[in-house]
Amino acid sequence: MSFMKSFAIGATAALFATAAYAECEISSGRVNVLANDFPALKAVTSTAAECTGGVTVEANHNKDFRNITVQALTANPAEYTSVIVANSSIVPLLNEGLLRPLDDLVAKHGQNLKKNQLITIDGKIMAVAFMANAQHLFIRQDILDQVGKPAPTTWEEVIETGQAIKDAGVMEHPFAFLSMSDWNLGEEFVNMYLGHGGEFFKPGTAEPAINNEVGVATLNMLKELVALSNPDFLTYNTATVVPIWKSGDLAIAQLWGSSGGELLGGEGAQEGVAENTVLIGAPTVAGGSTPSSSLWWDGFTISKNISDEDAEATFIAMVNGISDKMVEANNDAAVWLMDSYTPGPAAAGVAATAAAGADPYPMLPYMGLLHQAFFEELPDFLQGNESAEQTLADIEAAYIAAAKEAGYL
Amino acid sequence: MKHRTFFWFILPSLAAMILFIALPTVSVAIQSLFVEHEQVMVEVENCGPFKCETVLQVDTEATAVLQEEAPLGRFNGLRTYANRKHLAFEQVGVAWDETETFGAFFSELLNLPFYKALIFTLTYTFVVTPLVVVFGLGVALAVNRVPSLLKGPTIFVSLLPMIVTPLVGALIIFWMVDADGIIGATLQRIFNDPNLSLKASTPLTWIMLIVYGIWSSTPFSFIVFYAGLQTVPKETLEAAKIDGATRWQAVRFVVVPYMMPLVVFITLMQLMDNFRMLEPILAFQASAKATSLSYIIYNDLRGGDIPQFGSAGASSIMTIIGVAILLTPVLIRTWRDFNRKRA
Repeated sequence: MSFMKSFAIGATAALFATAAYAECEISSGRVNVLANDFPALKAVTSTAAECTGGVTVEANHNKDFRNITVQALTANPAEYTSVIVANSSIVPLLNEGLLRPLDDLVAKHGQNLKKNQLITIDGKIMAVAFMANAQHLFIRQDILDQVGKPAPTTWEEVIETGQAIKDAGVMEHPFAFLSMSDWNLGEEFVNMYLGHGGEFFKPGTAEPAINNEVGVATLNMLKELVALSNPDFLTYNTATVVPIWKSGDLAIAQLWGSSGGELLGGEGAQEGVAENTVLIGAPTVAGGSTPSSSLWWDGFTISKNISDEDAEATFIAMVNGISDKMVEANNDAAVWLMDSYTPGPAAAGVAATAAAGADPYPMLPYMGLLHQAFFEELPDFLQGNESAEQTLADIEAAYIAAAKEAGYL
Repeated sequence: MKHRTFFWFILPSLAAMILFIALPTVSVAIQSLFVEHEQVMVEVENCGPFKCETVLQVDTEATAVLQEEAPLGRFNGLRTYANRKHLAFEQVGVAWDETETFGAFFSELLNLPFYKALIFTLTYTFVVTPLVVVFGLGVALAVNRVPSLLKGPTIFVSLLPMIVTPLVGALIIFWMVDADGIIGATLQRIFNDPNLSLKASTPLTWIMLIVYGIWSSTPFSFIVFYAGLQTVPKETLEAAKIDGATRWQAVRFVVVPYMMPLVVFITLMQLMDNFRMLEPILAFQASAKATSLSYIIYNDLRGGDIPQFGSAGASSIMTIIGVAILLTPVLIRTWRDFNRKRA
């Protein structure tokens, strides 16, 4: 028995080893990946680490990775050969010119990449995207059935349904979104403002254009929503809301699509919660047709300040990291952009949001400063301390001060 | 000690202080006078998985040339200090002209990030510091009376808030005051209000932060006072007792005057520490209700995608100036005492 067992293990290990060997062999080079810390990205880097040969593959997953990217890539040679970025976190690296154009590497090793995976800036490929993400609605079908309401498609319906749930005495605070007074709250404003069809900047300039009726409507809608949320809403991020959802105390929530796998899996959830959790697209608002959400991609980049050899090794390893094999093994961990991906229920919300024509998060050098001004000034309004007009004026003033300092105005 | 000997004696620590304290401070001060270069922008076509669009992007080559010429950035003088994120002279002036009452002016002032942070920082400092001194002395006197068998364990337990890492201690309390946590739920029950939330109300958040500050700093002042108590001359205390002093009078007229230098020392340390408070705001996720000067610096550097070094530098220098102003009265007093003793 034990002989058979060890034989089986040995054989399987040998099989895996040959498989990996056959798929990705890099004779030399250094690969070190810096990335955010969530399961989908770990799947990518761990698959990249399966490359064999003389290459060393390492990865650093860190929730605060954004704060070290610029410094880490400025050094020559750079500490990290690759950073996994998103629409917004690529911007500081582009601003400083720390990324390597990938056209030659894509031509040489990227035959399997699809055209829409290639992030091109001014005609040069700067990143290879592999997954999409967006915030969208999560609903509890059983609770909605209980109050006889359909799945909401607009924010007005979300408020109506939430109020009905509250009035029926089912839940005191049926709704939640990621309204923590940091980057999260800024993102909620961005989403709602995009849903209202707003423009953030005057065309062709870095001057803000948010102090208008669209801004007021956005703020008022956010305020109506927080009224349905727990009074602690200013401390709500993904890590807070996901457990509350699992404990069955929420009926409607706007969360990241990447939380879908966990919530549908139902590990640690109350009975009946996961089975009734449905992911639907982000709602529209104020009679508009664009969903109130922004589309995000995650993709890998290659540092500029490293040797060509390391760059090539990194590119091959990362292409292996996003190979069909990884997608098949981690199908439900994310909404992958590769063809081998089979969309499941966890992808339904992101897919519906993208199909309905949501806008991508603006990839502008100065967007980060405006985003910061949003979350610095919004809590005053949401707590009822000042008027919408005053808040918008404050946001504008805070942004202008920051943008002047950063040299954009 | 001869001046020469004294110089050689303190040279190592003097060198370390210049290297690790003075020079970084100077570099921060210089940084605060500069802002980033004007960013040279070009219109480019961006394509992603979702769509293509024409946007502005930084022309890195042109910007690199500017950076080469002046690595520190553009000289901005004291304008960073005067802008809306800091002293906001312009906004304060407008608010002064436009408001009728002092209350209205004050609420306009609170709308500006620096003043908002300053108000909380000062409140925190001036409430926590005296209470830490009083409670520390109280605990020290109480522990001093405990039978020697129980002294060790009592001291250990009293020191726990200081032993626990500040961030961890704050997080534990944060979870306890959650609406589902032991303190939060108990309060809801006592006041019979299911919506009562310590995190949602500004006054309650302030109280929570202040209570946390006292809880975490009292052990420091306790252990200093406790050490001091061991050196209080027994003869004087006995003499006071023979003269018919009550326990309270003995503490008031013998122990406290004897410990005055320690009170000054703890006050100095606490003023400095409390004025720079940051961790509780992060751990309690309280930035929407209360911000401190250090939080502003943290937010400039870590809040968004683009760190604002000039702004953070200006806030740092103003924090240093704030600490200096706070310490001046205490230092003057110490200096006078010193001179009196020497004379």
